Amino acid sequence: MRSILPVLVVLAAIVALWYAGSVWLNSQWTYDQAARAEVEVSLAEVLADTMVQERPVLPAPHQVAAGLWEGLFGQKITSKRSLVYHGWVTLSATLVGFAIGTGLGILLAVGIVHNRAMDMSVMPWAIASQTIPILAIAPMVIVVLASVGVTGLLPKAVISAYLSFFPVVVGMVKGLRSPDGMQLDLLRTYNASPMATLWKLRLPASMPFLFASLKVSMAASLVGAIVGELPAGATAGLGARLLSGSYYGQTIQIWAALFAAAILAAGLVVVIGGIEKATLKRMGMGR
Amino acid sequence: MKDTAVTTAPVIEAKGLSLTFHTNDGPVHALKDVNLTIGKGEFVSFIGPSGCGKTTFLRCIAALEHPTEGRLSVNGMSADAARQARAYGYVFQAAGLYPWRTIAGNVKLPLEIMGFSRAEQEERVRKVLSLVDLDGFGKKFPWQLSGGMQQRASIARALAFDADILLMDEPFGALDEIVRDRLNEELLKLWARTEKTIGFVTHSIPEAVYLSTRIVVMSPRPGRITDVIESTLPRERPLDIRDSKEFIEIAHRVREGLRAGHGDDV
Repeated sequence: MRSILPVLVVLAAIVALWYAGSVWLNSQWTYDQAARAEVEVSLAEVLADTMVQERPVLPAPHQVAAGLWEGLFGQKITSKRSLVYHGWVTLSATLVGFAIGTGLGILLAVGIVHNRAMDMSVMPWAIASQTIPILAIAPMVIVVLASVGVTGLLPKAVISAYLSFFPVVVGMVKGLRSPDGMQLDLLRTYNASPMATLWKLRLPASMPFLFASLKVSMAASLVGAIVGELPAGATAGLGARLLSGSYYGQTIQIWAALFAAAILAAGLVVVIGGIEKATLKRMGMGR
Repeated sequence: MKDTAVTTAPVIEAKGLSLTFHTNDGPVHALKDVNLTIGKGEFVSFIGPSGCGKTTFLRCIAALEHPTEGRLSVNGMSADAARQARAYGYVFQAAGLYPWRTIAGNVKLPLEIMGFSRAEQEERVRKVLSLVDLDGFGKKFPWQLSGGMQQRASIARALAFDADILLMDEPFGALDEIVRDRLNEELLKLWARTEKTIGFVTHSIPEAVYLSTRIVVMSPRPGRITDVIESTLPRERPLDIRDSKEFIEIAHRVREGLRAGHGDDV
């Protein structure tokens, strides 16, 4: 309980700074409006106005909170204006992409550890793939897949997988190589096959590395899914919500969608953390 | 005084064995012209300063290293064939238990890999755990056990599949003297009960003398055997045998052998 105080202090500081920023950035519009109407405004009036603008440069925290509340609980979750609905659309693409990315990442890592040719050739490509801005590649993935008749969730999941396989490859290569020479020698004295070595030693030894990677890759998956929603002009999903918000200058909507995405990501990482704790505890390593 | 067991067919036979590692600083002669025959049921210790090739020789027997010259047979076949036939159990300096497996799970590891039936796995685990005095610890995880108990578990793991040969590479080197004394005593009992052939690497003179039927003294640069000492101690050895005149004499001879092999730098 003692640790909650510093957390609250930091949170309060952030909120206070945010309010200050809102006043500073939004006051210009208030002054412009007043000048146009040729009226004088007092400081108190300016302050009050910066908190309630319809399209503020920087929405005040309570405006974003209200927008978020309204989006999450203010309507039926099937409504096009519900953040639960949009969140679910993005989440489903995220989870499919995460599954593909994780599976691919583990397979590549197993290949890299067992095959010298793959060891020399795959990693440079994997690194190169991550240097290309995802915003540049996303439209092409969607166009190419659409031309072969694949639309909807899958193209987004592919972009999501494209971002999420990398941390898994890096973490799992490190994890699969973590057993030391003695542990490998031990299995050689049993004349163990490479398959047995993988299942009995390398994979269990790599679990802590895997979970560290999964947390990074889950966040990357969500980013991938949101980015995948932008170029296609999608009508559903948190990315679509961001896009339509920016079309119409609905800054509150943008910020509410951003927070919804952040909450979703945090929730997903917490879920992985929980699975990690349970798994490592069962493996006798959770101390 | 020769033990009767020694006279039977050799279990391990090395003839003119050499092993040269090629490093950036030129060749390193880890082993040079090593000749040794170990009979069934013998307890042979290898002692010498670091770099004398005692561990390398043990690893050659285990086919973890491959000699560059000479002949080596284990159980009448090549070392590689013997490894594939799972002829030996190997105990490393560190227990090296898998932290994600219980003690029973660790002992079961070789049995799973070698494809023993489930029922037989359980039976064997129970048997070897009781052999090393760890009954009731099967469900514990390694970190819940002391260093000495972990090393006992690793010995149980090496015994689980009942190979005739037990190769031990400084298994008690990292343990304190009190624990080491007890484990030495227990190892002798275990050896008497299982009648295995044991190859044991150590850098402790009392340990070598207390345990062995034969002590192989080695020296470095190049790694070679300088003396082989037959122990005159009886098979039954209480701990206080180490105060006997006979024990001290053998220890003295080992020390002399080590000094001779090491030249002037002792």
